[in-house]
This record gives sequence, C-alpha cells and structure tokens, in this order.
Amino acid sequence: MDIFLQQILNGLVLGSIYALIALGYTMVYGIMGLINFAHGEVVMFGAMVTITVVTSLMNAGVALPGPMLVLIGLLVAIPACMLLGYSIERVAYRPLRGAPKLAPLITAIGLSIVLQQVAILIWGRNYIPFPAILDHETIEIFGATITKLQLGIVALCLLLMIGLLVVVEKTKLGRAMRATSQNPAVASLMGVNVNTIISATFVMGSALGAIAGVMVATNYDQAHYYMGFMIGLKAFTAAVLGGIGNLGGAVAGGILLGIIESLGAGYIGDLTGGFLGSHYQDIFAFAVLIVVLIFRPSGLLGEKMADRA
Amino acid sequence: MSEVLLKIEGINKRFGGLHALSNVSLHINKGEIYGLIGPNGAGKTTMFNVLTGLYTPDEGSFTFDGNDLFRAPPHVVVNTGIARTFQNIRLFHEMTALENVMVGRHIRSKANALGAVLRNKATRDEEAEIEAKAWELLRYVGIEDVAYERAKNLSYGHQRRLEIARALATEPKLLALDEPAAGMNPSETESLKALMEKIRDGGVTVLLIEHDVKLMMGLCDRIAVLDYGKKIAEGVPEVVRKDPKVIEAYLGVAHE
Amino acid sequence: MDTNKKLAVFIASAIVLAVLPFVVGNTLGNSWVRTIDFALLYVMLALGLNIVVGFAGLLDLGFIAFYAVGAYTFALLGSPHFDIHLPFYISIPLGAGLAAMFGLLLGTPVLKLKGDYLAIVTLGFGEIVRIFMNNLNAPVNITNGPQGINLIDPIQIGGVSLGKAIEVFGFSLNPVHMYYYVFLFLTVVVVIMVYRLQHSRIGRAWVAMREDSIAAAAMGLNIRNIKLLAFALGALSGGVAGGLFATFQGFISPESFGLLESIMILAMVVLGGMGHIPGVILGAVVLTIAPEVLRDVIGPLQMHTFGKMIVDPENARMLLFGAAMVIMMLVRPEGMWPSKRRAAEFKDAKKG
Repeated sequence: MDIFLQQILNGLVLGSIYALIALGYTMVYGIMGLINFAHGEVVMFGAMVTITVVTSLMNAGVALPGPMLVLIGLLVAIPACMLLGYSIERVAYRPLRGAPKLAPLITAIGLSIVLQQVAILIWGRNYIPFPAILDHETIEIFGATITKLQLGIVALCLLLMIGLLVVVEKTKLGRAMRATSQNPAVASLMGVNVNTIISATFVMGSALGAIAGVMVATNYDQAHYYMGFMIGLKAFTAAVLGGIGNLGGAVAGGILLGIIESLGAGYIGDLTGGFLGSHYQDIFAFAVLIVVLIFRPSGLLGEKMADRA
Repeated sequence: MSEVLLKIEGINKRFGGLHALSNVSLHINKGEIYGLIGPNGAGKTTMFNVLTGLYTPDEGSFTFDGNDLFRAPPHVVVNTGIARTFQNIRLFHEMTALENVMVGRHIRSKANALGAVLRNKATRDEEAEIEAKAWELLRYVGIEDVAYERAKNLSYGHQRRLEIARALATEPKLLALDEPAAGMNPSETESLKALMEKIRDGGVTVLLIEHDVKLMMGLCDRIAVLDYGKKIAEGVPEVVRKDPKVIEAYLGVAHE
Repeated sequence: MDTNKKLAVFIASAIVLAVLPFVVGNTLGNSWVRTIDFALLYVMLALGLNIVVGFAGLLDLGFIAFYAVGAYTFALLGSPHFDIHLPFYISIPLGAGLAAMFGLLLGTPVLKLKGDYLAIVTLGFGEIVRIFMNNLNAPVNITNGPQGINLIDPIQIGGVSLGKAIEVFGFSLNPVHMYYYVFLFLTVVVVIMVYRLQHSRIGRAWVAMREDSIAAAAMGLNIRNIKLLAFALGALSGGVAGGLFATFQGFISPESFGLLESIMILAMVVLGGMGHIPGVILGAVVLTIAPEVLRDVIGPLQMHTFGKMIVDPENARMLLFGAAMVIMMLVRPEGMWPSKRRAAEFKDAKKG
C-alpha cells in the first residue's frame, strides 16, 4: 500500500503525457481512418529541437531562467513540428487517399524510419540529456512525492486538452473537423475544404505532440532518436482504449493507461511471485492494446458499430 | 403432398432500437419457388441474412431439412444446403468466372494443405473434378463463353448469372436469390425467369426477393409479404395480391 | 513461354545456382557467399510471410516472433546452454512445430481484426515475444537474456559437421558453401510448397477471403479455419528459417528479432510484389543484397566526394530503406514484380 499512491501519481503524470499524444492519433484516425505511424517521431522531434535550442542558448550565454529557456525552445519546436506534421500528411498520406489501406501504412512506417535516421544524422545515436535548468523540487502528498515540474506537466496537459475541446466544440474550424470526420463527402458539399481540414488536424496534433515531447524529455531528463516509437505506440493504445476518434476517450484512455502501467510496474514483482520484474513494464501497454482490440474494439467511450452485411 | 423444407417461427431481429424482424414465421415447401416481397425497408434482406447465417436472430426457431439452423454460422448453413446471391452482387472481382464457381465447390471438396503441397493423386483428381463441375455450371447458366474473363469485366447480366452458378456449386437444396432481376430489362428478366424455373425443375427449391411484382406473381408458387418487419400475408399469388393488407402496404390506405 | 524455352531457362538457372557460391567466393570473397546464404534464409522468411500477407491478406507486423521461436528452440536444444545436443532433423521440425503453435496462438484472438488494427496487435505480439526473450534469464535462466545463446551446434549430416571446412576432391568446402546448398535445397522446397498452396483449393479460398470475406463465408468457407491455417503455415516457415539461422550463425540474441526485422520482411513482400512468389523472392534478394552493397560503397563514396564520413553506412542504409518504402508506395505500390492480377487491382484502384 505504501507505493500505491506513488504509483498513482506517477501514472497520472505519465498518463497526461500519453493523453496529449493520443489526441493527435485519435484526431487523425477520426478524420482519415488511418493510424499516423509517424506521429511518435513528431513527438521525438519536439523534444530534440527544444533541447537543441535550449543548449544553444545556454552556450551563447543567454541568462534567462530555466523555464523561460524551455519556453523559447518550445516556441521554436512547435512550429517546426507543425511543419513536419503538415509535410508528413502531404507527402505520405494525401497522394494515397484512394489506395488500399496497406499503402499508407507502409509509407507511414517508412517515414517513421526516415525521420529516426534523420534524427541520428542531426543528433547522433546517443541519449541526449536535458539541460539541468529546471529544478526538480519535490512536494509531498500523503507520503508520495511529486515534483513541481510534474505537477506543471499535468496542469499544462489539462489546459491544452480543455483548449482543444473548446476549439473542436465551439469554433468554426472545430465544426468543420467534426463534420469531416463524420462524412467528408457531405462536408465538402457544405463548403468545407476537406484538404485544409485534414492538414489542420495534423498540424494541431503535431503541436500537441511537440509539447508532449518536451514533457517526456523533462520528465526523464533525456531524449533519444528512438523515443518516439515506444511512446507513440503506448499513446496509440491509450487512444484505442478510450475509443478511437473520441477526444474525451483519448484523454481518459491516456490517464487510465498511465495508471495501469505504473501500478503494473510497481506491483508486477509481487503479482508474479518475483518471476517477472519491472522491466516487463512495456508489456502492459501491449497487453492492454491486445485485450481492448479483441474484446471491446470500440474502446471505453467509443460507439459500438453494428456490422451490417 | 408438399414437404416442408424450411420452417421459421417467431424470428425476431433487432439492431439497437430498430426492430428489423418482428415475430416472423413462414415455411417453404420442397420444390417450390417461394417469393418474399414487401416495400423497401420491410426487412427482406435482413430475413435473408438471418436465413443464411450472416445475422444472428434474437429469438425464434429455424429448422431446415430436419436440421436446427437457429444461430448457425454461415459455413454450417451452406453445408446444410442453403446458398445465396447478393442484392448488390458480391463476386470475387479479380478472379475469373471459372474461378468464382470453383470457389463455390469449396465445401463440397476436401483437399487440405497437405494434399495441396503433396499434389497426390486424390488431390489432383479432386481438382480436375472441381474444374469440370465448374464448367458444367457455367454451361448450365449459359455463360461458358466468358469463363476466363475476370468477374469485374463481365456484363451485368452475366455477373448475375455467375453469382447464381457460384451458389449452385455448393449443391444447395435451397437457393436464395436477393433481387436477381434488379436492373434488368424485360428480355433479360424473361431469361432469368426461365433459368429459375429450370433450377426449380432440377430439384432445387428457390427463395426469391424481388420488387418486380408482376414477375413474382407469374413465377412464384407461394409468396410471403413483409412490411415493417412483420409478415402480413403468405399464400399463393392470386390470394396474396388481393389481400387488403398487402395493397395497403404498397399503395397506402384507400380513401373513401 | 513454350516448353523448350522454359526448359532452357530452368537448366540455365540450375547451373548458375549450382556454381554460384564458388564463382562469388573466388571473385568477391566468402563474405559475399555468406550474404547469399542469408538472402536464401530471407527468401524462406518472406515466402512464409507472403502466405499470411500476400495470400490471405492478413497484415502481420510481428512475423519475426516465429523466426525467434524457431531459432531459440534450436539454440536451446543444440548448444552448451542446457548442454543438450539434439540433431538438426529433430530440433528444426520441433522449432517449426512450436512456431506453428504460436501462429495459432496469435491467430485465434485476432480473427475479427482487420487492416491497421491487425497490424498493431501483431506488432504488439512480436514485441512481447522479444521482451520475454530478453528477460527470461531470471529467476530461471531460459533464454540467457540480452546476451543470447552462442556456440550453437552446426548441422551434422552423416557425421560431417557443416561448421568446419572440409576437403572434397581437392576442393576446399567452406561452411558458407555447404550451408548454401542446404539452404538452396530447402528454399526450393519452400518455393514448391508455396506455389502448390497458391494453386490449390486452399489458395483459392485465401483469395476469396481476401477479396470479400462475407461472400466467401456465404459460399460456405470456414473463414476462421482458413485464417488460422494461413497463420500456422506462415509461422511454420518462419520457424524453419529461424532454426536454420541459429545453426548457421552459431549465435543468437533478442536483438536479431525486433520490430525492424518484421518491418524488413514485410517490406520484402510488399516491395517485391505481394502475393506473387517470384516478386517476393526478388524483394527478399534485393533487400538483403542491396544493403550489403551499399555498406561497401557508401563509405568509400563519401570519402571520395566529401573527404569525410557524413553518414555512417548503417544510417545511410536505414535512411534509404525508409525512403524506398515511401517512394515505392507512392510510385509503384503493386511492388517491383507484381502478379498480373494484383497489377490490375492497383490500376483499377488508381482509376476509381
């Protein structure tokens, strides 16, 4: 019981990050019916670019407080990732809109690999440490610790999710997005430029992804060219868990997955009598994914689709 | 004395809030051509899908040729002797006409992977037999000239016939045709009618959904009428066509 | 092609294949013969995956797991690790059988999944297998974890070990040469097997299911069994290749069985020509040989043009691989050498 609350808090932090990334997956899937395999790499780029900017500023002797430096880094990373997301859609997905689903899957995987290799070209194969400019001052809550940074992460995620919700529900753009995800043909007849909406979806998801990337990098104090893969897969699992295409589902799924993973990693030793250790942590996400897709593919909050012959 | 081949009682099928089939009971006799008509949305295709195992009914009973087929999966249904065609033609478009019919022979043959790999005599003989039977069926429906054409390149009329040939390849006792005459001109409809009579005369019972009421009245031995998921009439065409409920369903209530 | 021409091509190919290792070995060196051996191994793997992806139309992104099962089975039954040394004619079939069972294990829960979802779940399974291989070294050491298993027994035929060079008629036969003939023989067996499956009742059933599984079910095809058969047969081939890999390389570790390998094999099938046996063989050969050629060329080329290494060979290789996947799908999604049927399908999809 002593680690329970700690693991819950850890899970909350992790889950918030998953949620932010999951939103990108779910928006794209809702509108295009495909899994944007390369989304994880956008997250990775967000982290890497921010670290590069921060490090450059520090090397140039810029004497601003840590959080300010990170902010500047983000101000560079977010547009960069938005551009990246936009390009991914134009290059890999738009030309293949009518093609059998296998084709965009292959291009997405290929693009994923290309982006990872480009990252190696720019930043090398080693782990890049996040500059120690943010303080990791901890706060105690009922015996469990959480850093101010982590609280900040959760708060920011919440803010961004609410912001996205406002955009989707209350703005013209959001309305157009919802219409397109339900019926692109009719939406276009109503004057919606479907191509623009799709691009906007990718761009928004990428912006959130960039921020999520920085969160991951600050939470783990490092970034790596391959970090996008695992976290992308887990975020996708979260999106499926919550109900793919459903924004609230992505959030719920993200938080839930984070908590499941944390609790699992914390207790797996006890649960299996020491046979499996915490390095099996990654398996939880996969197990959740498999179980959800097999037993309840529509996810927790998704609609059940009737199978009509 | 006509023998009952298929009997359903109290079949209900719901899709969420939609009650697609409501307590439907009917029976089909061996050797007849049985028609299912009704306005659009009445539940005819849903009934078909239930009878051929593609939909699972919520309640009721379903016996066919002495077998209980309630909630049986498609391959069991076909094995027991019901084969179907589809309203919007579901051929294997990239396969040739011949190959399509050969797939229909699948459940009446048994070569497995081992046999395929070894190509032993039994397997080779069976393959030859499958192909021969397929040719026979193509000739039976009159499209043997286009045997090597890809299904998607065939004319509409040929595609309809091919679908029938493929269904017949499963050696059904009941052939269920979902709007086979849709989109056909009068002369095509006539030859289709002749084909269905030929099939019936060959010992296969035929179940038919159609909108062409004139065709149905002239072709079917017995007809059932569905409206809003309920059976509102069943019997010989002369009686059914005069049934006030049937007239009302199609034309609305007569205003005095 | 008429019969005489076919016969001529057949005999010519047979002669080329028979002398290939010696020609290559003497001109380019034995490391290239080794590459050819690996190419044959990958041909077997790709043909196995082709049953699942190409014939049955089931997207599998975790195929390497079956390779791993076959490899580890052989390694555990023929190495100092447990000090068991079963002969290859037991451990390879055993590995293949175990892999086939894993294939059924994977296939059963995913029967209802399609497309992207199926891909992701199979990816998950592949990763799970790898994670287990990587961690089953405590509390009981089964797989020896990240260090893997080495000193795996070579194949012994009639008392002669293929792991050491032997003298025959004044020729020195290097292990890479001997394994070449074993692999070539087995590859030919696999090709025949896969070809016969394709042109059989089962093959037709797979195509029907792939085209329209509802219509196929309506014709009485037992979709569940047909899918499971595809998974099992694909896994079987993977398992055989895995066992051969273990004995050939003499050393295996979880590193060789990751997602990238699954992607590589999928690329061989898709870029070669999905469902088309010659295309898949071509894809496997090209994707095995090209990176090796690249590795030899890219370093010197950069030194020559730029005077220094900008992109290390591994980096360049992967970059080009990823780019190739993207470009191929944009430009020629039906693959390098598609079947006529598939090429027509894609042409229609582009038009429609």
